[in-house]
Amino acid sequence: MSTPRQRLAAAVNQAPLFLGLVVLWMLLWGRFGWLELLTGTLVAVLVAVTFYLPAVQLSGRLNPWHSARFLLRLLADIVRASVQVAALALSPRYRPGNAILAIGLNTRSDLILTWTAVATSIVPGSIVVDVDRVSSTLYLHVLNVHTAAQAERFRASVLATERRIVRAFGSREDVERIRACPAGAAAAPDTREGA
Amino acid sequence: MNDVVQDGVTAVLVLAAAVMCFAAGVGVIRFPDVLSRLHAATKPQIFGLIAVTADIAVNDFSVGTVTLVVAIVGFQLLTAPMAAHLVARAAYAQGRSRPDLLFVDEFAPADRRPPHRD
Repeated sequence: MSTPRQRLAAAVNQAPLFLGLVVLWMLLWGRFGWLELLTGTLVAVLVAVTFYLPAVQLSGRLNPWHSARFLLRLLADIVRASVQVAALALSPRYRPGNAILAIGLNTRSDLILTWTAVATSIVPGSIVVDVDRVSSTLYLHVLNVHTAAQAERFRASVLATERRIVRAFGSREDVERIRACPAGAAAAPDTREGA
Repeated sequence: MNDVVQDGVTAVLVLAAAVMCFAAGVGVIRFPDVLSRLHAATKPQIFGLIAVTADIAVNDFSVGTVTLVVAIVGFQLLTAPMAAHLVARAAYAQGRSRPDLLFVDEFAPADRRPPHRD
């Protein structure tokens, strides 16, 4: 049975998500008054009770400077990736060539894994085919890959995204792990074949 | 003068959005398999939506509009990858991916590429 102290810790851990729901409710109404705060809180309680999910382990760390850098870079990458895919779709010399890459991330946190998966799938021309949670491996379908060098460059860019996310709001252990592991040198399963 | 700037911003944003959504449509038709088409259906489409909603926010700069735009874009950014992932996973599991288009497939069992089923 959980002690009151544990329950309090769990509540504090979930508070940011709960506040997020309330803010979302106010965003949807487009008004920020007491009425919206009250109804938003009621709806958030209702949602949290009705759609009960296992608690997400938040890292409890947030670096505003790195978060801002991550978000700006994300926005720039969205624009770049969109222009690339659009150019590819319209290019008369389009030649299909894709790859499914297994990318082993350094993190062991579900939250960072999810963020990296979402960030990479809206960013540099990739879609998540599957995720292996135990080994923190993302299986990504990458558009327009023809050479091993392109595949390696893509792998490095995903790991760079992970580093930015960990620096922004990863746990201390993850930051240490990133520091210990030099750029681009993550454990990737060596099952490559074909040419 | 302010109107000219606003019209210019509108022209750029709406044109960019239109080009992106058009390219997304072309990509869905032109790309050869499900997994490639998902790329076309998510990325240019998101940028197109961001551009057109940003233009709405520029033209009607009020709290209600801007917050709604933020909510729309935020939801789109969070849900589009999930939807694409679910379709991609289902397509792969059903053998709808085209191994002949894949330069490498590290998701397949290490000793072989997936058999071509169709």
